Amino acid sequence: MSINENDVILEIKNLKKHFAPHQSLAQTLTGKNRKVVKAVDGISFAIRRGEIFGLIGESGSGKTTTGKLVMKLIDPTSGSIIFNGEDVTITDKERTQAYRRQVQMIFQDPYASLNPRFKIKDVLEEPLIIHKLPGDHVEHERMIIKALTEVKLNPPEEYMGRFPHMLSGGQRQRIATARTLILNPMMLVADEPVSMIDLSTRAEILHMMKDVQRDLGLTYLYITHDLSTARYFTDRIAVMYLGRIVEMGNADDVIDNPLHPYTKALIDAVPEPVTGKVDIIKELPISGEIPSPANIPPGCRFHTRCPYAKPECSAEAEPELMDVGNGHFHACRRYKEI
Amino acid sequence: MDKILEVKNLRLYYHTSKGAVRALDDVSFDLYKGETLGLVGESGCGKTTTGVALLKMPSPPGRIEDGSKIILAGRDIMTLSEKEVRKTVRWEQVSMVFQGAMNCLTPVYTIGKQMMETLREHRDMDKKQAEELIKEYLGLVGLPPEVMGRYPHEMSGGMKQRIVIATALFLKPKLVILDEPTTALDVIVQAQIINLLKKLKKTFDLSFIFITHDLSLEAEISDRICVMYAGKIAELGTNQQIYGKQGPMHPYTEKLLQATPLLRKKVESLSYIPGTPPDLIDPPKGCRFHPRCHKVMDKCSQEEPPLLEIEPGHMVACWRCGK
Repeated sequence: MSINENDVILEIKNLKKHFAPHQSLAQTLTGKNRKVVKAVDGISFAIRRGEIFGLIGESGSGKTTTGKLVMKLIDPTSGSIIFNGEDVTITDKERTQAYRRQVQMIFQDPYASLNPRFKIKDVLEEPLIIHKLPGDHVEHERMIIKALTEVKLNPPEEYMGRFPHMLSGGQRQRIATARTLILNPMMLVADEPVSMIDLSTRAEILHMMKDVQRDLGLTYLYITHDLSTARYFTDRIAVMYLGRIVEMGNADDVIDNPLHPYTKALIDAVPEPVTGKVDIIKELPISGEIPSPANIPPGCRFHTRCPYAKPECSAEAEPELMDVGNGHFHACRRYKEI
Repeated sequence: MDKILEVKNLRLYYHTSKGAVRALDDVSFDLYKGETLGLVGESGCGKTTTGVALLKMPSPPGRIEDGSKIILAGRDIMTLSEKEVRKTVRWEQVSMVFQGAMNCLTPVYTIGKQMMETLREHRDMDKKQAEELIKEYLGLVGLPPEVMGRYPHEMSGGMKQRIVIATALFLKPKLVILDEPTTALDVIVQAQIINLLKKLKKTFDLSFIFITHDLSLEAEISDRICVMYAGKIAELGTNQQIYGKQGPMHPYTEKLLQATPLLRKKVESLSYIPGTPPDLIDPPKGCRFHPRCHKVMDKCSQEEPPLLEIEPGHMVACWRCGK
């Protein structure tokens, strides 16, 4: 399945973000460089218009850094970001602001992301003021009501005068979504939007986000560590490990038929609500913990934890993403043997 | 099987200026030797409060009300003085791994020093002996002895959680309460910790109370599951009764399970529970779950359903079940 150029809304090409730690004068003079943290180390992917793209990884995999790069909250070390056919890697202040109107973000913690002193009406009006949208208060109020209706907070008038502490976690996350929708964005970046929400309402928020996406024809970049919600919520996923994508494809395809040993290990580790596992010690085809991104292993960066690693995995160059058809990519040179 | 713990009519109220918050209202359950009992429910349903009550240390303004009984290894700890509890119960018989405990390690002390502090507070031993014991326990949780000289910031979340678990086991308690011990960890580390807990339970012949909101995780570790809602037990059954073919009986458990996203099966539509848990100062009349229940009847809003045994070992508090 080839991707039609016109269908792509966001293209990331070989994007890197390296954080250089602070150096003392002595270190600079003696030439002893401290190690660079390679948070994102050369990733490429394309998100199609109207799809939900999931970025999966453990802590330290670089998924949140990628989200920040896409939001242009930090500048990349190298590589490019192409949005809607336009290179937006480096932009001036004005263009950045315009870009942020089209690409909005939903944050993880709905308890921290809403100003406790603002009424919901003010929370929702703020982006209109920041982005200098035309219209007076009456016009703004009409837009606020529309946004609240879109996230199914009915009747909207009742919520406008409330403060965030009067709302539940689920309702707050609806407000956070309404705040992004009010600017009519084309794309939303959602970084763990449901991980702080109770299980009983988690599904409700995912439903709401999916409805909004369908109704308004939006595109989502969904960042999470939770494979189960990703399978339920996304169309395609990319699995990240230590700053690189190790596997990418349709969500069902990747989870039902994982090719990379890391994806396999991730899937095996997820618990499931079925009986009869209490006395069983789970076999984990992976050892240890994720290495530091300041000290990335040579060769395939997963070889130190891989149960199938052979000498060539550490000696030869890092494998690039390979296509096995049907848009399913992986970065393991020995995938056929395992 | 021997009972290690019997909880009878446990009530814990937080006395606030607005009135008493009935965080635990008439909770009764038993725990058998060598068993893992899982406590599940939404936030604010009383899981952690139950754990803290078992250590007899509710955070103020909470108070364990008269008439509550906590019988630990044949002795009602409610009748003991604070000094006796501290000397003979807390950490000696029951220890707890608190939620987020791994983030509460002192950043300015080495791991060895912090562990030593706990140990020497309770046991009369010299530094050398204590050090040997700490090394032994570090080995048991899969950490090298060098860890003793390290500071918390030098370690990953998984390692810190192992240290907290080792510290909880030091004084050879019979019962360990684990409050969301893996919530902040990645799935692979979570699976490693769960495996470790299963091994330790065998080695030391422990009983666990495992608190989590994650029904999938509970299925992998708990022999029996206790589902709590608004400070009461909604359903209590064996792993097989809750997760087996027949499925749970209480509408709340049923909905919680249906709201759990599955990894290995494609689900078209997840269900959810509308509304939020009630205010426990003034809980709804009748069944506390009735305003959110999809199987509600007239009777539910009038009378509170008792916790009845509908089949051996399976207790449900719902008017729809039993008879």
